[in-house]
Amino acid sequence: MATALHPPEVRRRGRGRALLAALPWLAPALVLIIGVVLYPAGYMIYTAFRKITKIGVETGAAGWSNFRTALTFPAVPIGKVFLNTFVWTVVVVVATVLLSLALAQFLDKTFRGRKLVRLAVVVPWAASVVMTSTVFYYGLNRDYGLINKALVDLGILSAPYGFTQNATSAFWVAVFVAVFVSLPFTTYTVLAGLQSVPGEVLEAAQVDGAGPAVRYLRVVLPILRPAIAVATLINIINVFNSLPILRVLTGSLPGYGADITTTLIFKYKTALGPGVSSALSVVNFLVVLVIIAIYLAVVRPTREV
Amino acid sequence: MTATPSIAPVPTVRDRRTGRPPRRRAGGGASRRSNPVAMAIGAVVIVVVFLLPYVIMLSGSLRSQPDITHIPPTYFGPSVLFRNYLTMWSSSVDPVKGLIATVVISTFATLLVLVCATPAAYYTARFRFPGRLAFLLLVLVTQMLQPTVLAVGLFREMLQLGINDTWLAMILINAAFNLAFAVWIMQSFFAAVPKEIDEAATIDGAGKLQVLFRVSLPLVWPGIVTAVIFVFVASWNEYAASSVIMTSNDKQPLTVTLPRFIGLYNAEWQYIFGVSVVAVLPVVVLFAVIEKRLIGGLTAGAVK
Repeated sequence: MATALHPPEVRRRGRGRALLAALPWLAPALVLIIGVVLYPAGYMIYTAFRKITKIGVETGAAGWSNFRTALTFPAVPIGKVFLNTFVWTVVVVVATVLLSLALAQFLDKTFRGRKLVRLAVVVPWAASVVMTSTVFYYGLNRDYGLINKALVDLGILSAPYGFTQNATSAFWVAVFVAVFVSLPFTTYTVLAGLQSVPGEVLEAAQVDGAGPAVRYLRVVLPILRPAIAVATLINIINVFNSLPILRVLTGSLPGYGADITTTLIFKYKTALGPGVSSALSVVNFLVVLVIIAIYLAVVRPTREV
Repeated sequence: MTATPSIAPVPTVRDRRTGRPPRRRAGGGASRRSNPVAMAIGAVVIVVVFLLPYVIMLSGSLRSQPDITHIPPTYFGPSVLFRNYLTMWSSSVDPVKGLIATVVISTFATLLVLVCATPAAYYTARFRFPGRLAFLLLVLVTQMLQPTVLAVGLFREMLQLGINDTWLAMILINAAFNLAFAVWIMQSFFAAVPKEIDEAATIDGAGKLQVLFRVSLPLVWPGIVTAVIFVFVASWNEYAASSVIMTSNDKQPLTVTLPRFIGLYNAEWQYIFGVSVVAVLPVVVLFAVIEKRLIGGLTAGAVK
């Protein structure tokens, strides 16, 4: 369209008409996104500034008091929860990405049964995280857990240990499970990245005498950078927002020693009502928005559409 | 940093080991022929590690209550009880209602996503219009958001709408939060269909809707299958929002009802695992079908 030839008002009318023509096609999706994603986000922010009783009756404006309560509630060691959140997110994401790099490198080779191995790697991705965590909770039972027994039989433990009976060990078990369920997506993303490594470049590097380590660090890794960036950022959001793993593995423990901000939101919801839990949700929401902004700036996923 | 792959300068190493022909590349990526024994061991270790929890789940589902909670535990029980898969339906775990809730919520959420995503994906793939990029950006941001972070807001909204604690609420939520994946994956499939095919149909007098249903949809069915399976599996496994919105025990999906039984002193693990196998197995098979196309939809074109 030679829009530049038309005076501005005609162009504007044309643009308006084009938008109007598009609207019926986009409307169902827009209604769903606005109604069930944007509206509740706004309503949650509003709720965070309202006084609301535990059963949900609104009694007026609350100013910042919900935020103060969320961050200073006496029973909650909020510093420890923040530290847990940081450790949880960083350790799970770093371990997941490093292990996925190795795993993807392996799965990219040709060997007998590769298809089967790839399918095995998909399983924790498809399976319910609740149910996967449940198996670990059972397996690590001190008295009858099979994983405990195996650890003793392999000589790793001298006696069965009640992993899920104290906050610290239960937290680290949850970290392990979170890495386990995050590996498939991350590995597949890295694998997709490996497809774009040109074989000729690797061969050229080899002819020039570069050993496997040099080839990986100086040829493969730079090409993988975008895939790693995408996988890392999506994992940060997923892990930061993860509820079921910690809930299943540490939820029955008293206190808040194994909580991250996400699990605390849900404990506040029951204990202190929607106002305080909305306030903490808003804090989490802001963190997520910052990560999304970084994602959009770094990965620029819309550049080709 | 850009997402465009930049090929690093090939490193030149001084002490060249010349005279050795480059080895033949066997597969894609960085692969070389490696020691087949080491590869086989690696493959077995990976399969064992990734399947172990599900093997424990499956074998546990076939044991008796005294056997599965026996102290000290044994790896193999004295008998294999296939009848657990019959008795579990009327056991204390009571999985029937939860399973029905899960099936209904996932099915309708998937249908709703299809209805909302298909026209949007088709139109954004085929036509340029003002606000197109803004719309795609909005979809992308939704993709990165999860019900978990908005659960309290969703709970308040559903209360306000008077549909809290209903399947409808969970259908809407699952559809809304999985819409983005469907739009992206279907958009990329629609975009791959040559425009000339559409144009030929238009010249023959077909309207836009006719082109979509008669011409484009039959060509992009792999994208639709991917979207359907992904949304179905994600809804099937959803936990966080369900746990706050579905407050009545008899309406909750399985992901919420099952964990209630694990804290119990006398947990009937064999039934919990039996129900888990029934819930996990079909979606694993579905997921395996679309395994290769998942990345494209999830990373929204950032990784090809």
